Amino acid sequence: MTPVGLPHILLLSTALFFIGMFGFFTRRNLITMLMSLELMLNSVNINFVAFNKYLYPQNLSGVFFVIFIITIAAAEAAVAIAIIINLFRSSDSIDVTDAEEMKF
Amino acid sequence: MQNTNLVLLTLASPLLAFLLLGIFGSSSNWLKKGAGIIGTLLMAVSFFFASQLSLAYFLNQTPNHTQQILFSYTWLQFGSGLSIDMGALLDATSAMMLLVVTFISLMVHVFSLGYMHNDERFASYYAYLGLFTFSMLGLVISANIFQIYMFWELVGVSSFLLIGYYFNKQSAVAAAKKAFIVTRFADLGFLIGILTLGYYGESFDFLTLIGRLSDVQSPQFAAIGVASFAGISALTWGLLLVFMGGAGKSAMFPLHIWLPDAMEGPTPVSALIHAATMVVAGVFLVARLFPIFAIAAPHTLDIIAYIGIFSALFAALIACTQTDIKRVLAYSTMSQIGFMMFALGVSGYGAENGAGFSASLFHLFTHAFFKSLLFLGAGAIIHYVHSNEMEDMGGLRKHMPITHISFLIACLAISGIPPFAGFFSKEAILHAAYQSNPAIYYMALFTSFLTAFYMFRLYFSIFWSTQKAAQDNAHGEGTWSMKIPLILLAIASVLFGFIPFSEYVSTDGKPIATHLDVLFSIAPVTLGVLGILLAKQLYQKASVKPQKIALALGSAYGFVKNKFYIDEVYQYITKKMLFAWVARPAAWIDKNIIDGFYLLLAQLTQFSSVYIKGIQSGKVQAYAMYFFAGILSLASLLFYVLK
Repeated sequence: MTPVGLPHILLLSTALFFIGMFGFFTRRNLITMLMSLELMLNSVNINFVAFNKYLYPQNLSGVFFVIFIITIAAAEAAVAIAIIINLFRSSDSIDVTDAEEMKF
Repeated sequence: MQNTNLVLLTLASPLLAFLLLGIFGSSSNWLKKGAGIIGTLLMAVSFFFASQLSLAYFLNQTPNHTQQILFSYTWLQFGSGLSIDMGALLDATSAMMLLVVTFISLMVHVFSLGYMHNDERFASYYAYLGLFTFSMLGLVISANIFQIYMFWELVGVSSFLLIGYYFNKQSAVAAAKKAFIVTRFADLGFLIGILTLGYYGESFDFLTLIGRLSDVQSPQFAAIGVASFAGISALTWGLLLVFMGGAGKSAMFPLHIWLPDAMEGPTPVSALIHAATMVVAGVFLVARLFPIFAIAAPHTLDIIAYIGIFSALFAALIACTQTDIKRVLAYSTMSQIGFMMFALGVSGYGAENGAGFSASLFHLFTHAFFKSLLFLGAGAIIHYVHSNEMEDMGGLRKHMPITHISFLIACLAISGIPPFAGFFSKEAILHAAYQSNPAIYYMALFTSFLTAFYMFRLYFSIFWSTQKAAQDNAHGEGTWSMKIPLILLAIASVLFGFIPFSEYVSTDGKPIATHLDVLFSIAPVTLGVLGILLAKQLYQKASVKPQKIALALGSAYGFVKNKFYIDEVYQYITKKMLFAWVARPAAWIDKNIIDGFYLLLAQLTQFSSVYIKGIQSGKVQAYAMYFFAGILSLASLLFYVLK
């Protein structure tokens, strides 16, 4: 059994990123889209941690970045959910195709 | 230093009157009521300082009257040497003008207290008078040709405001516009003239400019003499264009058309603007640049002389046929300014040669008093009979004794009857003309005969003739505020001729002895008396004789009565030619070609937007797709192409 190396982890994060992207493009429900977005953010986080551990174990920049991203993502989720709630109040739906007034 | 303060105070008080009454006059009831008193008091202050200044200048100086720059402040600097300064130049001419302008303006302020007292916009009236006086004073003390241009335009604006004072009267609005546009058109020439002289003279400062351009050895003189356009040297062009500005303000033929119509303003305003101050601005301008005219380009003076004498004769002929008293006075003003202009035109530079220059300014000086007296008298008469037409007047001498006497004095003065002021100045002008150009002298002689005739035609028709109805007026001759200026001006018209003017004001500052040649005076005085007697014959008693003469003259009379159809010629040129051949094509180009180009651009934008607006669909996921596509293409660019 080979030890877990950088390529394995990068494979995982790439898979996670594209699953999130696929979800973001295809789902119509705004909450699901938000979840997909979180998936993509987390794949980035994994990348940061992995590069930090395997390439530059002597410093902790990657880890700090991850903490920042988690914090920002939490705030962003709060804002996004607030938007979604307002959208639901005004149009009785959280379907993204129902909210396309902002066009030409 | 003390003179500087006096000049600044002289200018500041009318400006203060304008600001105070103009800004707060309509809102504060207290100011509205007291506007006349405040304006008059401030004007009196201004007159006090101006008289201090000019009396000190004339009495305390050595016989050689110097030109002093009181102060000069660089306002705009263009490169090296060329700058627009704000300053004050005190010499004999400007000291004399300061005195005249403030005195006449004070008289008009006092007179207006009675004349305008019931007017609704009393405060704005006095505010405009203040602005006008301020700009006129600024004009006469200007030390820089650009500064004079600014005050020149300010004078134009304030005269526009005063002529159009009764703005609910259609004719007044039209007259104000006409005055402004005609003088503005002339000022276009003035500006080009200033730029020409300034460019070659490399200065806008009067003294420097005069020093350079009247000195045959200076490099600037050589440059402006060599440069030419259409076969005429740049110097001549510059001077003629500057004169064009002066001719516009001074109502010289053919730019005179605004002056008679400007009588639509309140009558005291006519006394101030169209008799004594603004219209002489052109004479003042030529006098200011006189050394250049006389030394460097004497042939331009010939042109000025012929335009002056022609305007004088032309206006005098028209004045004989008009029936509106203010129009008669307006044409007589034009005629008298023609006298001043040709006197400048026949003059030379230096010592005795400059007699015409002194005579011209002397006439300007005396004319200011008797002409404003005539206008204020006309104001009193109009106030009394409520009409401008001569036929509504007649027999007024018993009803208005003070107006009658003062009007008679002014008429005698303008006709050149000794010992009234006009006699001395007119003699000096005729003498100067006789010595340099006999043709002009004889025309001037004929014009002074006409002057006596039309002035006494006016006098006899108003004060003698038969009494007309509707004259039993309750308010009588007018208030004391209207009578006092008449009396003071009448005294001035009698006494001021005895001033030995040419000892104070001359071309080079050196006094010229005044002499009165009794033999020479016989011809003009006789002609003047003949004119008076002829008018007395025709108009002292109402008769049909004038009509008979008019009928006998037939179409010639009609031609003159319609002012030689100059207004119609202007109408034809503007409407039929300028509007049809210039304005309409220009409007067509603006509408179709200029606007068309931008309409085309707008249509192109709209057309293309129809095709590309689909991209902005409002679908969030579509936008995300574009975003990722963009990231992908950038990434592939970085990885595969730019590595």
